[in-house]
Amino acid sequence: MAASIQAVAPHDVALSVRDLTVTLPQGMERTHAVENISFDLKRGQILCIIGESGSGKSVTANAIMGLLPRVIRISSGSIHLDGTNIIRMPSEKLRSLRGRIVSMIFQDPLSALNPLMTVGAQIDEVMAAHGVGTPKSRRGRALELLTEVGLPDPELMYHQYPFRLSGGQRQRVMIAMALALEPTILIADEPTTALDVTTQAQILELVRDIQRRKGMSVMFITHDFGVVAEIADSVVVMEKGRIVEHGSAQQVLKSPSHPYTRRLIAAVPRLTGEDRVPLETANKAPILKVENLVKTYREGGVLFGKQRVVPAVNEVSFDLAPGRTLGVVGESGSGKSSLGRLLIKLLDSDGGGILFEGRDIAKLSEAEFRPLRPRVQMIFQDPFASLNPRSTVGHILTVGPVAHGSPYAQAREEAKALLAHVGLDAGAFGRYPHEFSGGQRQRIGIARALMFKPKLLIADEAVSALDVSIQAQILQLLDQIQRETGVSMIFITHDLRVASQICDEIAVMQKGRIVERGPPSQIFLDPQSAYTRELVAAIPGEQPDGTRPVAANG
Amino acid sequence: MRGFLLNRLSQSLILLLIVSIIGFVVLNLLPGGPLAQFGLDPGMTQDDLDRLKEQLGLNRPLWMQYLDWIWRLLQGDWGHSFRDNAPVLSVIGRHLFATLLLMGTSTAIAIAIGTWIGIRGATHRYSLFDHLATVGAMVALSIPTFWFGLVGIYIFSLKLGWVPAGNMYTIGDGSVLNYLHHLILPSIVLSLVHVAIWSRYMRTSTLDAISQDFVKTARAKGLTERRVIMKHVVGNALLPMITLAGVQLPSILTGALVTETVFTWPGMGRLFLDSLGYSDYPVVMGLLMFSAILVILGNLIADIAVAIVDPRIRLG
Repeated sequence: MAASIQAVAPHDVALSVRDLTVTLPQGMERTHAVENISFDLKRGQILCIIGESGSGKSVTANAIMGLLPRVIRISSGSIHLDGTNIIRMPSEKLRSLRGRIVSMIFQDPLSALNPLMTVGAQIDEVMAAHGVGTPKSRRGRALELLTEVGLPDPELMYHQYPFRLSGGQRQRVMIAMALALEPTILIADEPTTALDVTTQAQILELVRDIQRRKGMSVMFITHDFGVVAEIADSVVVMEKGRIVEHGSAQQVLKSPSHPYTRRLIAAVPRLTGEDRVPLETANKAPILKVENLVKTYREGGVLFGKQRVVPAVNEVSFDLAPGRTLGVVGESGSGKSSLGRLLIKLLDSDGGGILFEGRDIAKLSEAEFRPLRPRVQMIFQDPFASLNPRSTVGHILTVGPVAHGSPYAQAREEAKALLAHVGLDAGAFGRYPHEFSGGQRQRIGIARALMFKPKLLIADEAVSALDVSIQAQILQLLDQIQRETGVSMIFITHDLRVASQICDEIAVMQKGRIVERGPPSQIFLDPQSAYTRELVAAIPGEQPDGTRPVAANG
Repeated sequence: MRGFLLNRLSQSLILLLIVSIIGFVVLNLLPGGPLAQFGLDPGMTQDDLDRLKEQLGLNRPLWMQYLDWIWRLLQGDWGHSFRDNAPVLSVIGRHLFATLLLMGTSTAIAIAIGTWIGIRGATHRYSLFDHLATVGAMVALSIPTFWFGLVGIYIFSLKLGWVPAGNMYTIGDGSVLNYLHHLILPSIVLSLVHVAIWSRYMRTSTLDAISQDFVKTARAKGLTERRVIMKHVVGNALLPMITLAGVQLPSILTGALVTETVFTWPGMGRLFLDSLGYSDYPVVMGLLMFSAILVILGNLIADIAVAIVDPRIRLG
């Protein structure tokens, strides 16, 4: 185990953390963000630190960068960067290490670049801050870096503002910036989590490629065992501020020793390639029939100027049988969320029909649709933003049915029963959303939707914001609910692995169109369209033939 | 960008038209009417008044008067002041300089000091400085400007004799120094409230910017804290402030009413009050149009300034 490594960092270790304890301010959930953690990052290796939210992995990274907020203090231990202990180092000296000896890239490339500075100026700044080069030599170096990270037309890119770049391109710029001074260590804090799966695959490849070429040492923080399988040489598993397992990637993935690691690996949604056993229903008539649905976004150009036209949903057709789940899978901008919003009439369609129980709801006015609204319910992505923080859970659950004419006493009894059903205790009724964890909040969101006894549930990225172990529980809950109530579901997600867990059928969307539709076995094992093949191939940690490198012994 | 400007310009013209119609109609509906002031003259007979009405074209239907008025306005003839017996534009112009001088100075003071206090309060959040700034802003906002003005005059003019108690210059002495001497007290009093407002907005805006991811990126690059704040935080924190400044531009001209009265400053605020009291309708209408144009201009300038600073708007 890690704690037994006592020797002072030998020269083949780039980063050595010993007995590091970081104290949290009073009044927090825990007293320590990380407690007594020790690990080494060997030169020229990729070390993955994996854990769920609250495991202390990001705090560890920030401690190494010397970027902890003032209220969070390192109370004991040492961090050796390239042989020098940085704990209690004067801040000016620490600053001179940042960007030069150790660099960092972050999770969300959309917000990690200054929107008011050109890409070139932001890369130049790293070198200027450390007094390296002349403006001319720095410019040359910046162009070199832009080429190195695989950005097209570096000369043009140099003068570009971040908002013009896609997420993947911005993450490449971040990497170029981090590499500018050829640091010994690169810390990557979930750098692919916010990216589409195909982009994620490209960025992972870029990081691995650069690491090999430069012999750099990389500390890669992630919550995704698929990513670990793709990239790691060695792995540290963290849980609630402690290291529970530490070893080579092979060892941790193939034969995890700690129960938590086993649980985490087992919770990773797997591409089974097996179809779900569908629910037997008496009524086979489709509950929902969508015909040539069209939605086009137009922006700008009221009087003058050019109008921009974006076809978000383009001639989409499908039908859904009672008690079945249709997965809608696609990357950002594919139109999958617009489709969800059209179906629940949060958005007006421009053409086509939505036949709900045989009646075309696309043409109904808001007032005409209102009586039908309880029957189509939505579960939202962000369990933190989708519940009103000033209402009690009881109020959130009962306000809808009461507005639709239920007596309050009856609604309250139903709400309490539903809370128990989704795995919360009855005491939750009088409490406020902030008293619950993300997973519990999503359960509240599901209970809220079920209060109306809907015929159709639309779940838009309903598990994307959750940790994998919680994700698995919520998916199980949705499956159970469907089997009990016979509700039909449309499950919108960017994650093919999640879709394969819960869907009877999957529709793959690209640029507003459905490019392929079929059962999971077809989508994953025998994809018909080139785009689906590309998507499936990009899933981290999966072999193209659909088998997993990880033995599922959890 | 060109399409955007054309759009804004056409919207502005429609807005101006609506403001002018409403202003014109409401003013003419007021009891007394444009000739009330002349009626107070004891030597005036009803015949004289009727003749005057005929001369000024006030006996025509309202819509004809309006069309006539707006047509002249477009040609640069804003009418004739009843009170000053001078063209409205030149009356406004005379007072405009005084107001611009006072408001320009106090706004410059307010923005400079307010921005500094706001940034420092945000970067040293919950420090003694931050608490003092918060309390100070509350005090400045809750005490009326005229009180500060009177106390200022009492202490610095009457007791200490450092600065004059009022007026823009000493008659017979038009030197720059003399103007500046008169400017000190009113501009400081006037800026108090604006410093308070500006510093509060700037503090919030800076706190917003400071918690952005790109600030963390800047620190991770090894930039000095000074550069992180000056280049990455302040630049982004000032963006919303530009819009705020644009919205405040018109109040710069009309908002000095109290201060101008306390310090007998011959500016636009005083002109508006006096013209209303005298029922000098052409001047009141002129001021109304003038401030409407300023509102539109202020917002337009702010929009253009934001576009210049923010590439997402300029190029997007």
